[in-house]
Amino acid sequence: MSEDVEGVQTGEEVAEEPKEPETKMISMEKAEEAKLKAKYPNLGSKPGGSDFLRKRLQKGKYFDSGDYNMAKATKNKQLPVASVEKTEITGDHIPTPQDLPQRKPSLVASKLAV
Amino acid sequence: VAGSNRTGAGGNDVQWCFSQVKGAIDDDVAEADIISTVEFNHSGELLATGDKGGRVVIFQQETENKCQPLSRSEYNVYSTFQSHEPEFDYLKSLEIEEKINKIRWLPQKNAAQFLLSTNDKTIKLWKISERDKRPEGYNLKEEDGRYRDSTTITTLRVPVFRPMDLMVEASPRRIFANAHTYHINSISVNSDNETYLSADDLRINLWHLEITDRSFNIVDIKPANMEDLTEVITAAEFHPHQCNTFVYSSSKGTIRLCDMRASALCDRHSKLFEEPEDPSNRSFFSEIISSISDVKFSHSGRYMMTRDYLSVKIWDLNMENRPVETYQVHEYLRSKLCSLYENDCIFDKFECCWNGNDSVVMTGSYNNFFRMLDRSQRRDVTLEASRESSKPRQVLKPRRVCAGGKRKKDEISVDSLDFNKKILHTAWHPQENIIAVATTNNLYIFQEKVN
Repeated sequence: MSEDVEGVQTGEEVAEEPKEPETKMISMEKAEEAKLKAKYPNLGSKPGGSDFLRKRLQKGKYFDSGDYNMAKATKNKQLPVASVEKTEITGDHIPTPQDLPQRKPSLVASKLAV
Repeated sequence: VAGSNRTGAGGNDVQWCFSQVKGAIDDDVAEADIISTVEFNHSGELLATGDKGGRVVIFQQETENKCQPLSRSEYNVYSTFQSHEPEFDYLKSLEIEEKINKIRWLPQKNAAQFLLSTNDKTIKLWKISERDKRPEGYNLKEEDGRYRDSTTITTLRVPVFRPMDLMVEASPRRIFANAHTYHINSISVNSDNETYLSADDLRINLWHLEITDRSFNIVDIKPANMEDLTEVITAAEFHPHQCNTFVYSSSKGTIRLCDMRASALCDRHSKLFEEPEDPSNRSFFSEIISSISDVKFSHSGRYMMTRDYLSVKIWDLNMENRPVETYQVHEYLRSKLCSLYENDCIFDKFECCWNGNDSVVMTGSYNNFFRMLDRSQRRDVTLEASRESSKPRQVLKPRRVCAGGKRKKDEISVDSLDFNKKILHTAWHPQENIIAVATTNNLYIFQEKVN
């Protein structure tokens, strides 16, 4: 029979309580399940089933490369900042090198390596 | 050998002390700095970390006082390099993260060190070598490399090697790409030192370390119709001594042991390890929390350990129908499963590791707590990796979580736990009582207290 060791006590010998905590465990789980179903009545009955797995396998999906690059740009805050002059009319301003967005900085070293 | 009777024991005898912490102190953590893997090499002299930004940092144990077993050795930066870069798969419109999922060291064969690092799609073999001499005194070149004016050369000068400041260079020697449709979760070097396996959600491939344009598929659990998909591969590892044996774990809490001598495609397992469960006890969460996030063979090769959401189980390879030992990591979370599902924490993948003599196992938890489970003495302790307990050689105090009812002094209640502070990755030195514990963006090194 496999032995269950309760993990909460520390530093002392732990007495074995085989069957009793199991029923308590299960009712706690079922209570949590009831809570969840109350919040999300449309939750499917097969939690580990294909929906969840397929979502996991789809990780990182974008519409296309443009979508990906836009998402990356927003994350790194590299989008060209709108000109400070609010009165500026599009087309009137000829960009100079200073106006262009900064190149992404060269790869930064890990902070663990300091 | 002095000190050998102390190695490995982790029960009441061993007190853990803070040794070092690496990484930034500030609370604003950049995503790239999130540590995603930690691994000692076979001698324990080197400690590698990988992060979400695709970078690898290797620390080396200083050898100055090796002859004095009671001295404390520190780990200092040895090498750091960019292993993987972000990519975009244009055909499938899928982002390929540069995050390093796993690092595995090769046993050392010569002066150089080799490791395998992998992201979701590509495995790379890196060579880390030292250079401490350089040739000086070229006949035709100046020291800065410019060629001398040949008309000024009147004598012959033969270059000699002179010592220089140690330089550690990392270079990619092999790139194993395009073999995985799904996300790689594990790599494992075979004991034959010639092959290794890589596992993704649905398939496991066998590679030869020298050959990058070919790999053999040895496990394929992809169903003919993806609608029928109910289970994925979560981890895989080669047996430490038997080069024909490997195991893989699943999201349904099963472990399959396969023998490559039986057939070329190991879809049919040799052994299936599964703990029976009463179907009437199943809840919505049962399958999710039974998903195995890590599987590790013991050093002896006789046992394997699995980690699921709430527990650590030790299996005897000779007994398939149930584990021989089960340890609760944080049982108090069972009454919080609803909120842990809502904040996605229930899907966190914790790893686990053995100490050098397989007597103690370690795994992480929340609130920057980690658990040491002593198999031989049937004791366990909860410790914390925090800046507050980071004075040199400060002994770590055991932590207690109050599951409910009256909270005693020094206990922390379940509701006060910080679920953003997760310890997913830990590593234990192969011989000594030195452990590396990764919090979100810091690496803590703890050592056994030495009197």
